[in-house]
Amino acid sequence: MTAIEEHALTLDPEEARRVRQERLERIGRWLLPLAIMVLAIWLWDRICVWNDIPKYILPRPGVVLQTLFDDAGLLFSSLLVTLRITFLSLLLAVVGGVGLAVLFAQSKWVEMSFFPFAIVLQVTPIVAIFPLINIYVDNQTTKLLLCAWIVAFFPILSNTTLGLNSVDRNLRDMFKLNGATRWQQLRYLRLPAAMPYFLGGLKIAGGLSLIGAVVAEFVAGATGQSSGLASRIIEAGYRLNAPRLFAALILISFTGILIFLVLSLISHLILRRWHESALKQER
Amino acid sequence: MQEKVAQAPASASGTGPMLLALRGVGKVFSNGVTALSDVDLTIREGDFLSLLGPSGCGKSTALRLIAGLSTPTSGLLDWRGSSSVDRSNIGFVFQEPTLLPWADVFDNVWLPLRLKGVSRAKAAPVVMEMLARVHLTGFESAVPRELSGGMKMRVSIARAMVTKPRVLLMDEPFAALDEITRFKLNNDLLELWQDERFTVVFVTHSVFESVFLSNRVVVMAARPGRVFRELAIDAPYPRNESFRTSPDYAALCRQASDVLIGAINSTAGPHHDGH
Repeated sequence: MTAIEEHALTLDPEEARRVRQERLERIGRWLLPLAIMVLAIWLWDRICVWNDIPKYILPRPGVVLQTLFDDAGLLFSSLLVTLRITFLSLLLAVVGGVGLAVLFAQSKWVEMSFFPFAIVLQVTPIVAIFPLINIYVDNQTTKLLLCAWIVAFFPILSNTTLGLNSVDRNLRDMFKLNGATRWQQLRYLRLPAAMPYFLGGLKIAGGLSLIGAVVAEFVAGATGQSSGLASRIIEAGYRLNAPRLFAALILISFTGILIFLVLSLISHLILRRWHESALKQER
Repeated sequence: MQEKVAQAPASASGTGPMLLALRGVGKVFSNGVTALSDVDLTIREGDFLSLLGPSGCGKSTALRLIAGLSTPTSGLLDWRGSSSVDRSNIGFVFQEPTLLPWADVFDNVWLPLRLKGVSRAKAAPVVMEMLARVHLTGFESAVPRELSGGMKMRVSIARAMVTKPRVLLMDEPFAALDEITRFKLNNDLLELWQDERFTVVFVTHSVFESVFLSNRVVVMAARPGRVFRELAIDAPYPRNESFRTSPDYAALCRQASDVLIGAINSTAGPHHDGH
């Protein structure tokens, strides 16, 4: 009996192995990290029990979860404060990053002159700049925003600048041949071409703006002026309230993951029809 | 040795008055490479003129000069007394399809009109007609990556022709396509050309393609890039698959091939002697 006599698709051993492999990978991609995570949490719990660790040093996972529920009102209202700073600064980072990139794209000279400033802002640790901002800026929200913005805007600026400059030469000639104005070239060619680069920068900036917001709150919170998640952490630290400290930490991590997932989804939806990065692998 | 036929006899297709003349045109790049040297070439209205030559003979440079994407170092371009041409009279097809990957077929073809301020609604009939002319009706909303290489090139031709230019400049447009697709596009391009009577300057390194398509083949030689000799292809239009297999076509190809070999040898000779 040969494969030709059967009408059903018969796979040779190599193809069959490949199909099996793919199916395993599909399941493993979700199952494996989940299993490791559960195992880690279980181990954490066991370590607490085996060593009789008091909960103000290392609380058991169950206690942390309980605290997350018990202190939900306090923690989530703080989360909202942090989120407000995060999203506002991300918005400003997008506006500022893209705006500056477009400005840089107008002329090589502008880019060469001003890009070093952006790098200086990027490489100087924000914790070190904050005391200065504290002197010059009065408004608390403005302070935090400025901090988070400085941390978040650079990846957007540098990626978008790269994207605006990576337009196919022939396409540029084609626009020139058709008498496109500078604005038309930007609108119909360079901005769409920069989109995948911008979205890549946005994904990085999303996480950074959360980090920027939390770090800024930390530095500001030391003076007791903030009510975000960071100040909850500091407060809990002073009071040896480790369960709440852990709960706040978990909340921040989940927020960061959520921001990344949402931005990845947005990126996928925008690019899925045309960009290589969003296409399914085909063999 | 440089050989030149100054004026080719009027060909069978009966082309019209002079459209553009290159007079003593040379181009030297900043790195010292002489891409073109003393090129004299007259292009008449309705010509299907091929620039045929080995790589490095400056045929693409010549095309860019004609398009106004680059300016000559010496000599001048004479568009019936004017040194520059109204760009809206020129359509350009690149070697790659050069489409906007994020835009669908309709938007890609609409683009030249859009840049001139023509709204989508106003452009729609023209764009749809142009798509029909290149046999792409029904593909308006496909994006380039969903199309085959040949179809992408059809979109590129439709985009170049949507403004109804008088001159179509083509830079090795079918070089990357498989033979069957190339033959098909050759036929369709000729059909379009015969219907609309625009002028074509077609850069290629294929003897067979240049002979099949053109009424004039200008053979170029390299180092420095120059016109080597011009051939009139007097076979009548319309040319189709039966022409492609005819003895006439074979003879013309042999003739062009001999000239091309002469052009290549005229370059290689002195270079090898020098070492």
